[in-house]
Amino acid sequence: MIALGQFLEVLIGGLMSGVLYSLVALGFVLIFKASGVFNFAQGAMVLLAGLALVRALDLLVANGFPLWAAIVLGIAFAAAIMATTAWLIERFVIGPLVNQDGLTLFMSTIGVTFVIEGAAEMIFGSDVYPLRLFPTDAWFVLEDVFPGGILVNKLDVWGALIAGILVAGLAIFFQRTKTGRALRAVADDHLAAHSVGIPIGWIWFVVWLAAGLVALVAATVWGTKLGVQFSITFLALKALPVLIIGGLTSIPGAIAGGLIVGAGEKIAEVYLGPSIGGGIEYWFAYVLALAVLLVRPQGLFGERIIERV
Amino acid sequence: MPSIACNALILATVASGVVVSAPAAAQNEQFIPILSYRTGPYAVNGAPYANGVVDYYNLINERDGGINGVKILVEECETGYATDKGVECYERLKSKGPTGAAFINPLSTGITFALTEKTATDKIPIITMGYGRADSKNGAVFPYNFPLLGTYWSAADIAIQHVAKELGGFDKLKGKKISLLYHDSPYGKEPIPMLQVLAQKYGFEFTPIPVTHPGVEQKSQWLAIRQNRPDYVLVWGWGVMNSTAVKEAAAVAYPREKMIGVWWSGAEPDVTPAGDQAIGYKSLMLQHGAGKFPVHADIEKYVYAKGKGSTDSGKVGEVLYNRGVVNAMLGVEAIRKAQEKFGQKPLTGEQVRWGLENLNLSEARIKELGFDGMLKPIKISCSDHEGTRDGRVQQWDGKSWKIISDWYTADEPLIDPLVRDVSAKYAADKKAQPRECSKES
Repeated sequence: MIALGQFLEVLIGGLMSGVLYSLVALGFVLIFKASGVFNFAQGAMVLLAGLALVRALDLLVANGFPLWAAIVLGIAFAAAIMATTAWLIERFVIGPLVNQDGLTLFMSTIGVTFVIEGAAEMIFGSDVYPLRLFPTDAWFVLEDVFPGGILVNKLDVWGALIAGILVAGLAIFFQRTKTGRALRAVADDHLAAHSVGIPIGWIWFVVWLAAGLVALVAATVWGTKLGVQFSITFLALKALPVLIIGGLTSIPGAIAGGLIVGAGEKIAEVYLGPSIGGGIEYWFAYVLALAVLLVRPQGLFGERIIERV
Repeated sequence: MPSIACNALILATVASGVVVSAPAAAQNEQFIPILSYRTGPYAVNGAPYANGVVDYYNLINERDGGINGVKILVEECETGYATDKGVECYERLKSKGPTGAAFINPLSTGITFALTEKTATDKIPIITMGYGRADSKNGAVFPYNFPLLGTYWSAADIAIQHVAKELGGFDKLKGKKISLLYHDSPYGKEPIPMLQVLAQKYGFEFTPIPVTHPGVEQKSQWLAIRQNRPDYVLVWGWGVMNSTAVKEAAAVAYPREKMIGVWWSGAEPDVTPAGDQAIGYKSLMLQHGAGKFPVHADIEKYVYAKGKGSTDSGKVGEVLYNRGVVNAMLGVEAIRKAQEKFGQKPLTGEQVRWGLENLNLSEARIKELGFDGMLKPIKISCSDHEGTRDGRVQQWDGKSWKIISDWYTADEPLIDPLVRDVSAKYAADKKAQPRECSKES
């Protein structure tokens, strides 16, 4: 019974961690789905959003603003920063590179990554800034069944709730709104979309803004977990296997991929790690991703690749 | 956000690749390269350390006009705590200045491993104060390595001494479980052989638990700790790994009082992100802790009052800032010692190596330098490049670090056989002939 309880604890903890990875992966999916660009800068955008939020929050609280007002204004400030970033990227990077191939656009986002990282630290500082928007203690459930109970972290539960709301909101946005449908049209063929009157520049700004806002949401959760600091950019690397497994074009796939990666890596680390030296979870996620790539290159939920020859 | 403009200025300066440097190397300047990391995942710990180093060199130039009139010329190179960049920085800077680099201090055990052979070939000392390879205490095999003040094997022994004291004696260690949560890198792995020796001697169960760089995700490690329920967890982390460990410990309700970090896991950035969750967390001290001493008054008077400080004045006196100051002071005093033999002029790395190996700072001299209360006397010799192996334990109370123990001295008779064995193996592998320290003056 103890072993079962411990396994359930690792499984639940892994699934919850996976949802937090999905929060970052969603930003990648959003931009790829709408513009066909693999945005390597998503991790840096989480850092920028988090730094803008936490530094504004600290300043407002220090100047006597009530916490609720500081949070609202801080989020508004961070959203404005992400909107500015989206405009700059569209205006100076993606816009001029229209009609270039995917690899060129991908490389440009690598450049954007380093610019955002450097600028964010230059403007907002490179210390660790504590952010406490959600509770971080734990529940111990089923204590009557399993000795010591099963640990469930409250922050993870908040992360799962937020991810669920995000997925629902994005699904509605893409399926039910005029802008969402325009985004999908641009993703399918931006020249054709342009020819029927869809303003590509505006659409790309909207999609980068949406990704920036998703990054802000991810930053609230990860910033509470780790403190806002440079290491948040490493989350992009945790999101990659999630994307490979879930598929680059599927929002539900980002969640499913996160669950698979989270549970898989935690179970591997706890049960397989000790026998082979430990520290395996980082690369084990990529083992899972490679296995999926071999069987289904577009990911479990990605759109099937059809090419005319 | 009052410091944002200041941040921008400092980072813009660093981005240019040079923080403090003269336009051209004059003939009467001693060149000292600074390998630092002010950007990247370890910047939160690397930057305050580098600030302490730079400020102390500035103090020597501003207050004393240099070391006996020889001005210090420095150039900073960003390594990002990456071994490849560290080697690149070393190669770029080793020959600068009129006599080349006096010594280097990479602030990375990984870079230390990569440079150990190169520095010996180039005859440039590598100072690894409180880090680096523990076997390099043996100066007979490692003539150019100086792990001053304490190696990780000394740290491991001091940590176990403290655990034994808390438990009520070394005999109480038998049957206890002690885990090591370590950064999965040469740094984090370094204490493992010593802890295995200690586990065998005292009969405790030792479990090493690796955390992958940079350490942002530790849930599985802490779930394993929750299941295994060790009596103590030693933390050998750096950067974000430390604060994440404290937070994850809180999340699984592991008592922070049962966590003891190494001296690189016991600074302000390691606990403040965790807020109240960090209360009770303990760490070793590389002799000094936080706080201001007479040397800080001079730094404020001669450096900050002239607008030449490297950081916000409020950060002067933090743990890692102080460590940078101590490290810079030991290097300066080694040069001063070498000048006694080779003359008051810029010296080569080989000459500074002699100064390091003959460094002998008495209590009176430490007081004279303004470090009274931060350091104990240190005496380096051919066979002992560590010099002293004393430490204390501090505990975070939510606002500041409080010293909670007396001084511990690492058990040299226990550590030395391991030092001899491992360094002898190194010498055999490299076909190096160890020096005979007994024949050297």
